[in-house]
Amino acid sequence: MTETRSPSDDGVSAGRPAGSGGAASGGVRQGGAAPGGAQPGGSREGRRGPRAIAWARRGQAFAKGWASFRSQRAGLVGLIALAVIALLAVAAPLLTDASGLDVTQATADRLEPPSMRYWLGTDENGRSVLLLTWWGARISLLVGLAATVLSVGIGTLVGVLAAHFGGVTSAMLMRITDFFLVVPSLVLAIALSTVLARGVGTIVLAIGLTAWPTTARLVRAQTLAVEARPYIERAKALGAGHGHLIGSHVLPGVLPLVFANTTLAVASAVIAESTLSFLGLGDPTQVSWGAMLKSAMDTGAVTGGAWWYLLPPGLGIVTVVLAFTLCGRALETVLNPRLRGR
Amino acid sequence: MSDVLAPSESLGDAQDSEGRSGGGGLVRYVASKIAGAITSLVLVILLGFFLFRVLPGDPVQTMTRGRAVSPEQIAELRERFGLDLPLWQQFLDYLFGVLRGDLGVSYFYSRPVSDLIAERFWPTVLLAGSATILAVLLGIWLGTRSAWRHGSRFDKTATGVALTLWSVPTFWLGLIVLMVFAVGVGPIPGMFPTGGITSPDTPPGVIPYVLDVAHHLVLPCITMVAVIFAQYQMVMRSSLLEEMGADYLTTARAKGLRDDLVRRRHAVPNAMLPTVTLIFLHLGLVVSGAIMVETVFSWPGLGLLTYQALDVPDLPLLQGTFIVLAGAVVAMNLVADLLYRFLDPRVRAS
Repeated sequence: MTETRSPSDDGVSAGRPAGSGGAASGGVRQGGAAPGGAQPGGSREGRRGPRAIAWARRGQAFAKGWASFRSQRAGLVGLIALAVIALLAVAAPLLTDASGLDVTQATADRLEPPSMRYWLGTDENGRSVLLLTWWGARISLLVGLAATVLSVGIGTLVGVLAAHFGGVTSAMLMRITDFFLVVPSLVLAIALSTVLARGVGTIVLAIGLTAWPTTARLVRAQTLAVEARPYIERAKALGAGHGHLIGSHVLPGVLPLVFANTTLAVASAVIAESTLSFLGLGDPTQVSWGAMLKSAMDTGAVTGGAWWYLLPPGLGIVTVVLAFTLCGRALETVLNPRLRGR
Repeated sequence: MSDVLAPSESLGDAQDSEGRSGGGGLVRYVASKIAGAITSLVLVILLGFFLFRVLPGDPVQTMTRGRAVSPEQIAELRERFGLDLPLWQQFLDYLFGVLRGDLGVSYFYSRPVSDLIAERFWPTVLLAGSATILAVLLGIWLGTRSAWRHGSRFDKTATGVALTLWSVPTFWLGLIVLMVFAVGVGPIPGMFPTGGITSPDTPPGVIPYVLDVAHHLVLPCITMVAVIFAQYQMVMRSSLLEEMGADYLTTARAKGLRDDLVRRRHAVPNAMLPTVTLIFLHLGLVVSGAIMVETVFSWPGLGLLTYQALDVPDLPLLQGTFIVLAGAVVAMNLVADLLYRFLDPRVRAS
């Protein structure tokens, strides 16, 4: 807290001419976003708008958080693993030939063990397992991220609204949240994706609509804590409306927590996607890790001992989920100092 | 702080102070929890209707998707499921059916859904029950050891293993276990059956039957334990860590009690309270795990029934299993809420 206070102290005592600051004033906002360089020069600056000060503070907090995150090895390992996997998934069309995914063009035998030609062996149609796993990462990650955006969005909206408006609104919203928290989400997701048309969109919808309640509860608690702070009262006294209060004051206080929660939510969304695909509820035309494991079970790869067909997609899921979990836990530690040293 | 508390929490506060002065608070607490559970059950029943009758537009078309069906057959199906009636009448029929325990007729099996569920109920209870007991014992033991010597190598290893297993999809772990221990890989022979609950060649008699079922139970049970024990371990660890600094432990040590006695007699019983109620709260997780494990090991329970109904898709059967599984979790949640209050009066309702 003491460090975040220093820019405003400087602002009060700043009688000196804004020499160096004048040159930088055009790019104040960018200066805030790039914390390391702007901070020492920026704090000397006298005449800055409140917005610029806020951005500089956010930049400082971010730099501090990053330094704290960097000191946690497990979180860093997770982040690097995610970066590598994401890069490989994005670059798949550049580095590989998608025609290898076509069943009609496969030339190898079915369930061939790993060899020099097929590093990870082949599937029941003679396609390369390496290629399938590589391309499967794209759907698994895409669905996981999209479903998380949906569920965290709903959860944040419900949580903030419930805490901000209180009373009947809160009671009703929390009643609904509790209900969705109690009902087993996989069962609900199965029901949703059975009755809707099969496809990637349905899976995203099914996971997003069932996974939001934990975020809602977390966000509500955090919003209540933020709204108890004096600056909210000051803004209210100055006549701020609900939209301004939520958008400019509540959300900036709540979002860091939401962000940490998001990384954990992606982990469970990726598992949920693979589970629904494994149950045969995914898009049958798309390769995903869950769908690969379904065909492995259905076509006798398990009873045939074709371990090379079973391990890659499963290890893919475990790696991605573990990486997101490690990142999320490290972020939580950064944002919640009480957890440090545990 | 009182002005920032939401209604539900201030309600809990009021009950708490009343609970200390008289007995009225407990009655009100129990009544409010039961009312909440009944609301949830009503929502489950409403959702069951909405999801399977209203959302699909035409349920018969969903059920016959990808099949060659004549218009006469479709008309017959619509009549059989009462879909030719107006929606409000369908809803009333459905509502009174559910209240009487009549969940409709399965499209695929042509038998009452409630009969099918009753048949598959006990295998699921056997699998989920034995897995939960083992997972709780393992989780409490590991969590206690982790917390008692936190920061030690044992703690780091146990936490790492728990985190890793938590990241493993249940069905994948099941497939691996199935391949290694039932089919056999390399030098490892297949030691356990690949699926089902009994073998056809079991000699008659109670003891061979029980042994046969136990033999079939081993692999699915181990898979489920591996997935759910981490939850109990993490909670036991953190709740014991909360207790570690408490004064009564210092007192116990000052009396000269041995370390393991302080742990067993004083710290663990107090730290166990959250874990015990957690067992009921985690039932939703157990249900999800059971669906996957039963699918992989062809264990004839509610999970396999659900999976088989997905392929058809058999909407009346799915609707029935949805209501039963979700209803069971709602009921167990109520038990958890009441137990929480009963076992630990310090805990406020939240």
